[in-house]
Amino acid sequence: MEVSSDREYIYTSSELDKQEGQLIEEVKAGARETIPDPDAWLDEEVKRNIMLSSVDAVLNWARRSSLWTVICFPACCAFEFIAAEGPRFDMSRFGMEILRASPRRADLMITAGTLTWKMAPVVRRIYNQMPEPKWVIAMGACAISGGIFRSSYNVVPGYNKIIPVDVYVPGCPPRPEALIYGVQTLQKKIAKEHQILDLPQKLLKGNK
Amino acid sequence: MTVALSGKDIAGQLEEKFPGSIEETGQECVVVKSDSLLAVAEYLKNTGSLAFDYFNYVTAVDYYSYFEVVYQLASIKHNHSFVIKTRCYDRENPTVPSVIGLWQGANFQEREIYDLMGIKFEGHPNLKRLFLWEGFQGHPLRKDYLQ
Repeated sequence: MEVSSDREYIYTSSELDKQEGQLIEEVKAGARETIPDPDAWLDEEVKRNIMLSSVDAVLNWARRSSLWTVICFPACCAFEFIAAEGPRFDMSRFGMEILRASPRRADLMITAGTLTWKMAPVVRRIYNQMPEPKWVIAMGACAISGGIFRSSYNVVPGYNKIIPVDVYVPGCPPRPEALIYGVQTLQKKIAKEHQILDLPQKLLKGNK
Repeated sequence: MTVALSGKDIAGQLEEKFPGSIEETGQECVVVKSDSLLAVAEYLKNTGSLAFDYFNYVTAVDYYSYFEVVYQLASIKHNHSFVIKTRCYDRENPTVPSVIGLWQGANFQEREIYDLMGIKFEGHPNLKRLFLWEGFQGHPLRKDYLQ
């Protein structure tokens, strides 16, 4: 319908709304397929007993020992994350507590909560702003698959439709212990990574 | 505790002031015809003994054969509350007058109802979608909405 406005609002104009709508429709149309785990080839590598060089070991140690999380918590799992940050569970024991307000200084995204289609372009932009190497933990049922809101008209059925996810932490919401275990799992995964990808192409599963 | 006024009392006053404006009277609410909604709301707000100066909420219900828009009003002065409702029977193009001129708090809530129920509020200065994006097809809180 035509909007008749006798007042100019500073935060909206129909042109901006149209652009936003188009952007959301584009993201939605491009999110039909699940994005596979970018590091799926790591398991293959271990089966083949490929040894890591010492450069890899040092770099991976440095990377996994100071994971900086970007603040991107769209819904209620954030409170469980806050509990994990707090004095009782105290993630800083493991050196994973630091939070960054700017994605440009972060290398880990913990997606705590339901993602709506309206928010999806924003989350993708935050992910794109993070410098490489970067990792994503999908926290909670909604982040993994959309959870109980999966069939809703406005919920993304899993973050892996929008961005590649490395570790999935189930629960609704997950306990802080589960989240800490999830970050530890990610650290183990990082420990196995190669800095120089000289693997044969067929080993690079899901990383084409 | 806020006292909920009796529907009969208010309906009596309204019937006297605006004959033929009441569609139905409940225990603690009246159903007003949508073309006299603004006059009734203005009367409820500006009459000294009622003085509904506080707007709690506006919401809408889909009853298949009609939509009902529900306004909960309260008076901080007299510490009493009341509910007025109005119905729109046109499913294709349901229209209700906007009460923004009386209570500014209705602004976003009317936009929400327009977004999710598809009820148009006549006289709203900025009636467009609030939660969903521009270009979304349909109004998802309608009972006949299927994805």
